[in-house]
Amino acid sequence: MVTGPETAPAGISVPVTATGAARLHLAIFAVALALALAAPFFLYPVFLMKVLCFALFASAFNLLLGYGGLLSFGHAAYFGSASYVAAHAAKVWGLTPELAILLGTGAAAVLGVVFGALAIRRQGIYFAMVTLAFAQMVYFFSLQAPFTGGEDGIQSVPRGRLFGMISLGPDINLYFFVLAIVVGGLLLIYRIIHSPFGQVLKAIRDNEPRAVSLGYRANRYKLAVFVMSATLAGLAGATKALVFQLASLTDVYWTMSGEVVLITLLGGMGTVFGPIVGAAIVVTMQNYFAGFGAWVTVIQGTIFVIGVLLFREGVVGILARWLRRPL
Amino acid sequence: MTDRRPRAAGGEVSIGQDVLVARGLTREFSGFVAVDGVDLSVRKESIHALIGPNGAGKTTCFNLLTRFLEPTRGSIVYDGRDITRMAAADVARLGMVRSFQISAVFPNMTALENVRIALQRGRGDSFDFWRSDRVLSRYNDRALALLDEVGLGAFAGTAAWALPYGRKRALEIATTLALEPQMLLLDEPMAGMAQEDIERISQLIRRIARGRTILMVEHNLSVVSSLSDTITVLARGKVLAEGDYDAISRDERVIEAYIGAAHA
Repeated sequence: MVTGPETAPAGISVPVTATGAARLHLAIFAVALALALAAPFFLYPVFLMKVLCFALFASAFNLLLGYGGLLSFGHAAYFGSASYVAAHAAKVWGLTPELAILLGTGAAAVLGVVFGALAIRRQGIYFAMVTLAFAQMVYFFSLQAPFTGGEDGIQSVPRGRLFGMISLGPDINLYFFVLAIVVGGLLLIYRIIHSPFGQVLKAIRDNEPRAVSLGYRANRYKLAVFVMSATLAGLAGATKALVFQLASLTDVYWTMSGEVVLITLLGGMGTVFGPIVGAAIVVTMQNYFAGFGAWVTVIQGTIFVIGVLLFREGVVGILARWLRRPL
Repeated sequence: MTDRRPRAAGGEVSIGQDVLVARGLTREFSGFVAVDGVDLSVRKESIHALIGPNGAGKTTCFNLLTRFLEPTRGSIVYDGRDITRMAAADVARLGMVRSFQISAVFPNMTALENVRIALQRGRGDSFDFWRSDRVLSRYNDRALALLDEVGLGAFAGTAAWALPYGRKRALEIATTLALEPQMLLLDEPMAGMAQEDIERISQLIRRIARGRTILMVEHNLSVVSSLSDTITVLARGKVLAEGDYDAISRDERVIEAYIGAAHA
């Protein structure tokens, strides 16, 4: 009467307990943090800060795509508008950097609530198109609005003094400030993924009708994760504005939305460390291939195509499969 | 409200009362009427089967009853409450939980996590994004007990995608039972199953039917005949006949529309 073996076949059972995986992740975080603390003494801090900002941006995006199953093609809207608001707040209103970043992040959160509430009514490709349309609206608004500086953007944004005391002018000071923000953001994302809420999110991603049939009001969870993702993308964008002392149309353009998709897929969507690795790869590529001029995009595109063809799970996804550990 | 008997769980419920009542249920798809004025009453604590040839509207009917589809006309009352316009998730919260034709598990989660998702709902911590998922381990004992109940105890740590088909259906039932539903709607629970699995799931259904109401769509007539108290036969979106298996199997219209066709 009973078919199949009574015990789980080897290899497909999950040998790692949740706590075991958590310990491994903690160890990786600790090593990465140690490297990040030492890195500015060996590498150019502004380059490192760019990697950090994009790591946070891509991780925020991955929260939505990899764990919420929602492909937004308009995440530049939150990244870029937070960048503008933070830049404006720091330059025109003379706010301290932490307040400017907070304000920028808040603006992204508000946008996330409005756009998210409308976009989650659609599924799949339609969801992606709606988010893209909203992002394009933000782009054209940024092009026309008086305070964004149009084609010039908001330039020479003051880095200011943290809490009005510590000058963030020197790159090394700013680096540790940015590192603190990004590590905080990444830890928050990690917690969201590994929370009771995160479990429900994964269930909805895996099989939405089933989650609904179990009594979960799926749209509320989707909206919640959308807003979280938009807010954290905003945090990355606002921080970036201070690093480069610039908020420009590049930050809200659709190519920025595309770039974050690329980073996430290259690193490994649905993995904790994938977006971070992806950001390091893509930003490094952009930096070191800068000499090729317009060809950077072509090289980037080629690498992306090869990446998708050869390892669809992304760099970290492949590693996770080899190690048989969730990463 | 005539006959009363103690329930297995300890409480008392009335027998013979209708728990789910649909009146004039109709669904049109751009000119095509998939379900046409169906009246259906499911008695409390009975096993009620919905059968009919392909395209009879069974699954559409099912989707209407569980609010996964909007009815064009008609009303649905569950447990004395009008649920005709209620959201699907809220119907589930009232204790009427459905399954799906294709086994509905969460493939990238372990069997244990699948069941915990159901246990977690309604405990009020499903929006807690700031707490570690280690708090969910308090549901482990209950989840393991439910997995044991369907013979999946040894598979607790296995990812759901890796389970054989019959086991997936068992996992689905364990997940559904975790909600302690009053009423289960099973959409072809035996579809695509080997004979041994059919035996096992039949016994499981009989066991979980104690103290619960079950409405199921099923093609396998031997399963239907052995399990169900009442059978409703649908054909072309309409109710053709209703009764127990003996009555149904003697009904000429049914033989012509369904059994006759199946044996032709």
